[in-house]
Amino acid sequence: MDSSSFLMQFAQQLINGVSLGSIYALIALGYTMVYGTIKLINFAHGDVYMVGAYIGFFATTVLGLGFLPALLLAMVGAGILGMFIERAAYRPLRNAPKIAVLITAIGVSLFLEYGSMLLVTPQPRTFPAVLSSTPIHIGGLIINSQQVLILGVSLFLMVVLTYVVNYTKLGKAMRAVSFDTDTARLMGIDVDKVISYTFAVGSALAAAAGVLVGVYYNSIDPLMGIMPGLKAFVAAVLGGIGVIPGAMLGGVLMGVIEALVSGFISSTFRDAAAFGILIIILLFKPAGLLGKNIREKV
Amino acid sequence: MSKKWLSLISMVLAIGMVAVLAVGCGGPAKTDSTEIKIGGDFEITGGVANFGKSTVNGIQLAFKEVNAKGGILGKKIVLVLADNKSEPSEAANAITKLITQDKVVTVLGPVASSNVLAASQIAIDNKIPLLTATATASKVTVGDDGKVKDYIFRACFIDPFQGEVMANFAAKSLKVKTAAIYVDNASDYSKGLAQVFEEKFIKNGGQIVAREAFLAKDTDFKSALTKMKASNPDVIFIPAYYQEVGLIVKQARELGMNTPMIGTDGWDSPKVVEIAGAAALNNTFFSNHYSPEDKDPHVTSFVEAYKKEYGQVPDALAALGYDAALMLIDAIKRANSAEPAKIKDALAQTKNLQVSTGILTLDASHNPVKSAVVIELKDGKQTFKEKINP
Repeated sequence: MDSSSFLMQFAQQLINGVSLGSIYALIALGYTMVYGTIKLINFAHGDVYMVGAYIGFFATTVLGLGFLPALLLAMVGAGILGMFIERAAYRPLRNAPKIAVLITAIGVSLFLEYGSMLLVTPQPRTFPAVLSSTPIHIGGLIINSQQVLILGVSLFLMVVLTYVVNYTKLGKAMRAVSFDTDTARLMGIDVDKVISYTFAVGSALAAAAGVLVGVYYNSIDPLMGIMPGLKAFVAAVLGGIGVIPGAMLGGVLMGVIEALVSGFISSTFRDAAAFGILIIILLFKPAGLLGKNIREKV
Repeated sequence: MSKKWLSLISMVLAIGMVAVLAVGCGGPAKTDSTEIKIGGDFEITGGVANFGKSTVNGIQLAFKEVNAKGGILGKKIVLVLADNKSEPSEAANAITKLITQDKVVTVLGPVASSNVLAASQIAIDNKIPLLTATATASKVTVGDDGKVKDYIFRACFIDPFQGEVMANFAAKSLKVKTAAIYVDNASDYSKGLAQVFEEKFIKNGGQIVAREAFLAKDTDFKSALTKMKASNPDVIFIPAYYQEVGLIVKQARELGMNTPMIGTDGWDSPKVVEIAGAAALNNTFFSNHYSPEDKDPHVTSFVEAYKKEYGQVPDALAALGYDAALMLIDAIKRANSAEPAKIKDALAQTKNLQVSTGILTLDASHNPVKSAVVIELKDGKQTFKEKINP
């Protein structure tokens, strides 16, 4: 089949879009989980993703670890960082006005960006080739083995997360805290601990995305988290912020829309389309695609 | 106790600094009639210090060679250096010091276009020629009003010229008929090059089949590349900097696009090879000012002399610094005088001068017309492909 036919191009763009989208989905999960529990848009989340990529980088270059151990190490490291950020920056402001916490989040984001610029220099680093990238031809379509890996790891992590949230005691506590924090506390749930774990899980997922991106694109730098962070935020809103399946759906949709827009309309409209979607969603379905319209408690 | 020590140390330091200043400032007041003083306003420290150092090395080598042959007009030529710390404001300070205190007759430098622009007004006001070896932005020698700046010159070709070089290379050496352009919409450098490339490529009988754009710092290019692939271009022109170039080439090869890809001097960094991988970069070419592998005897003799002096292979900036020094030496000889106004007139008339990177003629806008080289990346190594004359 001719690779230039419309159908083949469409299918190839779908593949590009889904692999990009699963990255957005992994980052969007962290946004959505944190928002779900403490109603905070954690703007430092994109930078935790960057730190995760750097931990993965140093794990493979300095410690000489393979892909999977490096991925795990990055997830653990970023999880601890996430807990630390929550403890140091957000917990003291638990009862402060929302705007104060939001501004603190932006401060943490800038701190991570420029702090790591100081530590690891602004020069982009290249990941060592820890995984081979072999193209897989299916008909006229080309899928890279790394794209398959990204999709596989993302799906696996999402399944694990769904299990944790729905079928474990910690997940039950998370859901309780997100549903009604005060009542959860009355029921004997250690709310601070649950929030801390939520940050850890969200940050670990972002770090996984960071390492996957590092391996796939082979280039990381201290400001790499800004754009994906924003796009993942849009994805979380698109799917319905606070809703975990919504973040997955939103992320994949974002990736596919971007790929199709730059593939069939124009590559310059790609980002405009991404943020245009945010505006449209906020206008017509403020709760997002999978979000439920819950009346504000008085 | 410790406070006492601290104040003592700081006093000693302060006295030392004053002494250094006194030596630095007091010396140059007397004019030595056996020397021609040339100022060097360069990036000795700061962000592009590497570039500054290479350029100064090239200049020093040229001066040393001419002094060994008896100098110019019976005098020795010396370079008085001032550090601009890779910042425009410091570039202005440095050139002021060189002109007012050191009484230099011409200033060489700085490396970066922004620093040259900051220094140039001071050169013009003091009527001292300023010759930059490396600043490629068009507006360095031509003001916003479209008038050529009388006292400002350069020794390197300007950005749009590379677009022309690569358009000719694609049409004549690669013999291709269709091209796609992938431009960085966030960079004037990239957009300017794309425009010139398109004009010249069409003029050579070619056809542009796809135009796509990205923004600096993007990481995923597969969608645009998939689209580009469908239009089947014979060659892809990517006028961008090394980080995005590496990613684009890598992802294009992953999508099974084996067309040649071409670019400009923004590709000149080992990072391209690290990001894209050596294999993906086969069949890619980019233009540059010079290649140390060029077999032209003027290049080889320069490379040999430089290696002997500094123990390393000269990069493009060293070659350009050397060329700028040769231009200046030639101008002083023809002017038969070391007066700034006469040097300026002679510089403007530079014609068919043999320098290390080719034969150089200044056009009416004080921009050199000279050859460029095309470099091929073979298994991750830069290899000299050919020289393209304007």
